[in-house]
Amino acid sequence: MIESILPAASTSAAEIDFVFTLIFWLVGFWLIVSEAVFFGLLFRFRKRDGQGAQYVTGELKSEKRWITIPHLLVLVCDVFIVFFAVRVWYQVKQDLPTAPDQQVVRVEAQQWAWTFTHPGPDGVLDTADDIKKINELHVQVDRLYHFQLTSKDVLHSFSVPAFRLKQDAVPGRVIVGWFHPTQVGEFDIQCAEICGIGHALMPARIHIETPEQHAAWMATQSGLSVAAATGR
Amino acid sequence: MAETIPVAHPHEHAHEHHEEGFFKKYLWSTDHKIIAMQYMITGMAMALIGAFFAYVFRSQLAFPGMSVPGFGVVSPNEYNALITNHGAIMIFWFAMPVLIAAFGNYLIPLMIGADDMVFPRINRLSYQIFLLSALVLISSFFVEGGPFGGAWTMYPPLSSNADYSQTPLGSAIFIVAVALEFIAFLLGGINFIVTAMNSRAPGMRMYDIPIVVWFIVLASILFMASVGPLIAGAGMLFFDNRFGTRFFDPAHGGDPILWQHLFWFFGHPEVYVVLLPAVGIVAEIITTFARKKLFAYKTVLYTAFGTSVLSFTVWAHHQFVAGIDPRMANVFTVTTLLISVPVAEMMFVYIATLYGGSITFTTPMLWALSFIATFLIGGVTGIFLGASGTDIYLHDTYFVLAHFHYTFVPIAIIGTFAGFTYWFPKMSGRMLDERLGKIHFWGTVIPFNLIFIPLFILGAAGEHRRIWDFTQFPELSAEWMRNLDKLATVSLWVMLAFQAVFLVNVIYSLRRGAKAPRNPWAANTLEWTTDSPPPHGNWKELPRVYRGPYEYSVPGRETDFWPQNQPN
Repeated sequence: MIESILPAASTSAAEIDFVFTLIFWLVGFWLIVSEAVFFGLLFRFRKRDGQGAQYVTGELKSEKRWITIPHLLVLVCDVFIVFFAVRVWYQVKQDLPTAPDQQVVRVEAQQWAWTFTHPGPDGVLDTADDIKKINELHVQVDRLYHFQLTSKDVLHSFSVPAFRLKQDAVPGRVIVGWFHPTQVGEFDIQCAEICGIGHALMPARIHIETPEQHAAWMATQSGLSVAAATGR
Repeated sequence: MAETIPVAHPHEHAHEHHEEGFFKKYLWSTDHKIIAMQYMITGMAMALIGAFFAYVFRSQLAFPGMSVPGFGVVSPNEYNALITNHGAIMIFWFAMPVLIAAFGNYLIPLMIGADDMVFPRINRLSYQIFLLSALVLISSFFVEGGPFGGAWTMYPPLSSNADYSQTPLGSAIFIVAVALEFIAFLLGGINFIVTAMNSRAPGMRMYDIPIVVWFIVLASILFMASVGPLIAGAGMLFFDNRFGTRFFDPAHGGDPILWQHLFWFFGHPEVYVVLLPAVGIVAEIITTFARKKLFAYKTVLYTAFGTSVLSFTVWAHHQFVAGIDPRMANVFTVTTLLISVPVAEMMFVYIATLYGGSITFTTPMLWALSFIATFLIGGVTGIFLGASGTDIYLHDTYFVLAHFHYTFVPIAIIGTFAGFTYWFPKMSGRMLDERLGKIHFWGTVIPFNLIFIPLFILGAAGEHRRIWDFTQFPELSAEWMRNLDKLATVSLWVMLAFQAVFLVNVIYSLRRGAKAPRNPWAANTLEWTTDSPPPHGNWKELPRVYRGPYEYSVPGRETDFWPQNQPN
């Protein structure tokens, strides 16, 4: 459903879209049934000459059924939704998958810019060949990434709509998460937590590249030789 | 107080009394009806300010850089200040004073058959502190650095450190205003609970109390039980802000997330604090105009108890992605979805009440029915956000904003107009004009839906909140998205313009409206057994109660209503 208005560019995007669609149909059913009954009753029992209202207390078991049965059905729907919601939550937020070729990027938020530290050709953070970019994150498609998210001042929120990913950045803490891009392209990164006057002025972009494009980009950025980059 | 003159609407008598009389009677009164009017008028005036802010920032969003008539070009920090104060005003200075304080003050003594509140002077003090809090808030617009712009939720470190917010005075004043407002409602709440429990007319048992009175009392209990942590938090935040204590500063052992827990532990019950009076008002109106007994009175009451208790266990669903332990989200997803059960049941009961009725579509009834129709949308869209998995994506998008406006607009705006048009004859002694009332109704409800349905779609497409100008984000600059934002804004203009009809209706009806009889709607509850408007002391002889409030269309009776005070 969401994928029709916004690309789904990570593994978890499809999972979250699925839960969204599931809830949409379940609650959509309840909404339409309730509104239909509601408007139906309004029409059926509008005031007409010579017809008074009935005296119904709603205290009898046979009457209460009309409330208790729908209420139990709502509960069943809730259980269903909780199951799928918690499942995708577990995958995205509680679990931290690993892969042999995974990489770690550092995301630092501040008033009002993003600093992305890429590990560079050696694939390891905090070495001399790290690539720091402002408001620009470059990743390779079909590769698992861990991010280390932190803030230098106030709360920010690292939001990548195309990944359906969002995590607040808290000063004094490093929060670790993951994403796995599945689609080449260029997408928005937003700050989704109000962070002061410039909150609206910190748009950034994520560039998802093929291995060749990524290597070429790294070569232009790093002082090291092209061979080091392409040799990997 | 010694006045014995019958109470009338303030506007009518403004010129008939000399200065001191006016002051004593309308500004220093301990009469619950006058205090209710003070809250009502102040709350509605604040709503106009909040609505003006919405008009300014929505105009900037739809037409970035435009010079908004009546305001001018909106800068990013002005935009932040406007959205912050719009939220705070609409919740704390409009929904709370009107729904709880105004209707609570007006209705509780009249509906339980008492001559006044138990603590009339505390009641007066409550309003005065509330008025002070409103003035303090407004003063923040005139201090150096301008008003606070860090969202009504006041998350530190932005709110606690002037280096970050760049509004050193504005944020401190904002916190003080909110804290003062809480004190006002604590005082008022004590009064409501004690009055409803102790001053009931002889014969009125617990299950004979009208639902709206029950719900305002429950709301007061919820408020009193939840606000403590937040007042403590607001104190800490103020000290951080002014004196450099570092309660919420991680560099000095503090924790910014702690504030979020304190805030939302109050903030979520707060939703039900304003919801309950509104659904109570709706219960009174639909039973009267459907000529029906409320379906399963006790069930309604128990669903409200259930909702109230559960509302204390759901707060962290506002913080799923805030950096709390991810395992906590699972617990709060369960509790949050669980709360949908009693709330859905309450709506089912209301719909069931219509079955077998004889429904007339007066203006108050239209408002009450539209509450049910629109609140259902607000309710079901909450499921997307309470479910942790989808909230990862939807958190802080316009989907959230559309969801809570689909709850708060029915609660605060539709609920207020429902109650106001229903009890206006009692309050003023005049009938409102039905034709103008219906024009105002359709002119409000249709644009309301056209504002927020587009915002659901925009939120699902990734539009995030509190952004001054979306055109900097390539994904959000798509033409269809900009057009939906324009549709929402233009609808807001239309909705605001139609509020003029309401003003005209009130002023016209106060002067020229038909005189209201004691019981224009043929309703059962006690307030309809006294004069319109009720005199000081409410009744010459206090009523006695013989039955529950919803005995409509009882078989074998000549009339289709049976007032609570009639022996047979």
